[in-house]
Amino acid sequence: MKAIEVEHLSKIFKVQKSRGGLKGALQDLFSRQYNEVAAVNDISFSIPAGEICGYIGENGAGKSTTIKMLTGILVPTAGKLNVGGYVPHEEREKFVRNIGVVFGQRSQLWWDIGVIESFGLLRKVYGVSEQDYKKRLDELVQRLDLGDLLSRPVRKLSLGQRMRCELVAALLHNPSIVFLDEPTIGLDIIVKTEIREFLKDMNRQHGTTILLTTHDLQDIEALCSRVIMLDEGRIIYDGGLDTLKTRWGQGTRVTFQFGTACPLGRLQSLTSELYVSWTADNDLHAEVLVPAELNVSDVLAKIVGQPDIAITDIKITETTTDEIVRQIYQTGSATKETQGGTVSHA
Amino acid sequence: MLSAYTDFIRIRFLTMLAYRVNYYSGILIYMLNIGVYYFTWQAIYGDRGEIGGFTASQMTTYIAVSWMARAFYFNNLDREIATDIRDGSIAIQFIRPYNYLFVKMMQGFGEGLFRFTLFMIPGMLLALLLFPVRLPSDPIAWVGFLVMLFFSFLINSQLNILTGLMAFFVENNEGIMRMKRVIVDLFSGLVIPISLFPGWLSAIMQWLPFQAITYLPGSVFTGRTQGTGILEVFGIQVVWFVALLIPIFFMWRAARKRLFVQGG
Repeated sequence: MKAIEVEHLSKIFKVQKSRGGLKGALQDLFSRQYNEVAAVNDISFSIPAGEICGYIGENGAGKSTTIKMLTGILVPTAGKLNVGGYVPHEEREKFVRNIGVVFGQRSQLWWDIGVIESFGLLRKVYGVSEQDYKKRLDELVQRLDLGDLLSRPVRKLSLGQRMRCELVAALLHNPSIVFLDEPTIGLDIIVKTEIREFLKDMNRQHGTTILLTTHDLQDIEALCSRVIMLDEGRIIYDGGLDTLKTRWGQGTRVTFQFGTACPLGRLQSLTSELYVSWTADNDLHAEVLVPAELNVSDVLAKIVGQPDIAITDIKITETTTDEIVRQIYQTGSATKETQGGTVSHA
Repeated sequence: MLSAYTDFIRIRFLTMLAYRVNYYSGILIYMLNIGVYYFTWQAIYGDRGEIGGFTASQMTTYIAVSWMARAFYFNNLDREIATDIRDGSIAIQFIRPYNYLFVKMMQGFGEGLFRFTLFMIPGMLLALLLFPVRLPSDPIAWVGFLVMLFFSFLINSQLNILTGLMAFFVENNEGIMRMKRVIVDLFSGLVIPISLFPGWLSAIMQWLPFQAITYLPGSVFTGRTQGTGILEVFGIQVVWFVALLIPIFFMWRAARKRLFVQGG
């Protein structure tokens, strides 16, 4: 069963053009000119029930706009949408009973009242029975360790405490589909880890479908088996995280520290029959990039044990997802030629 | 679900209660306003018996009750809605299974209840001590006035909602909100009773909703409208209440399509 189905979805915003100068400002008063900006441009994907899917892209790539259409906040300009059996913007009030939403940058708790009062109000808004509410709240409070926060007013919570409360607020009615828009933004590493663990457990226990946008790729690595990457309103990658890594991984980087000066030319000549590239800041420090097809040990074998090279330290680093993604963002245009699901090697 | 809506009333009431000290100064300011208008009208009346159908004593009562009615029906729903739209927190309102405008109305009513019990009633008692206000002796006038006062609140809140929703269509509706406030104070008959407007203007006022906010309930309280006349003016209020639902409905629908969540 598909939890989310999206077909040829687009959202076009009209943005007013301002003309410069006094004359331009006067002209703007009488005849306004608009630019059309496609925040989301003809995207299609579907997410099966029970999946955790990461939705990533640079700022302004259209992630939040997509989430806002999927949650029924925005009305799409074109395309078909089905989330949990509903067309979100058409049957909004019925539809939102089945979903939970967390916006990392906005609070959905009421600022002036105590946390527990906010929860009680949400119980009534969602029409959760007293019994289910108690059970669910106990479970969430215990799991997220909220015990003594409940009586405090929301404005006195720290960001980490607030975010845990936001999660509870979004999940009290036990939604089957959860949208998280940058849920870990601004949080410290401990709270981040806690939230990730919590989401993973929830997905396992209740089979909750989760769509998550984030800039922290560790969220993605910890949670998502699948990732959808967006650039300028289009999907540039949709597939497994592993595939992304093998396709885009630049291989392994080996960093050498030498005790005595070792010129770059000497190193290059030693590995001349291997296709590796060396870089060096100075004679005591060099770096070699080993492509995925080659073994790191082959390269090491050439260097280690040479009588004229005194190695004091070796560091081996894999390309991280961060680096991969940064590279894709930077060369985003190069990958657009390839169609859905694949990313070519730039 | 209904209990959720009543909770919005309760919570707003309690929140207002927490800031009640702010309203003590409000009572003084309203007394000052009543005082200024009272002495001004005293000077205008001099020896004259009647101006625009008001006797001097009716005018005093009208001024006092109009300002105290404002103490009740006034709210900042326009500003609250505009802020929600401008800072993008309106998005949160759309992920909840309720009607945003209805919730706003409930919050406004919670505020109204607070203003009625802790602002209007004490204010009215103080006004009775300070100025020669004459309370109606006819119980029907009391009932009519209180019912109409509730509709003053409804109609004023509807106008506030319409003004607030403008924020969807213009980048900054600050000017519109200020204009609305002045127009409501002037055209509702708070500053000058409508019967004292020049003929052509008072004729136009008959066809606008503002008189339903202050002038009509005030005329019931002062006894200028009596008997079946009360039903008639109440009818005007009801008609406006229903009529104003129509632009709200269409504006809300148009707004949904235009919604552009600011700040990501």
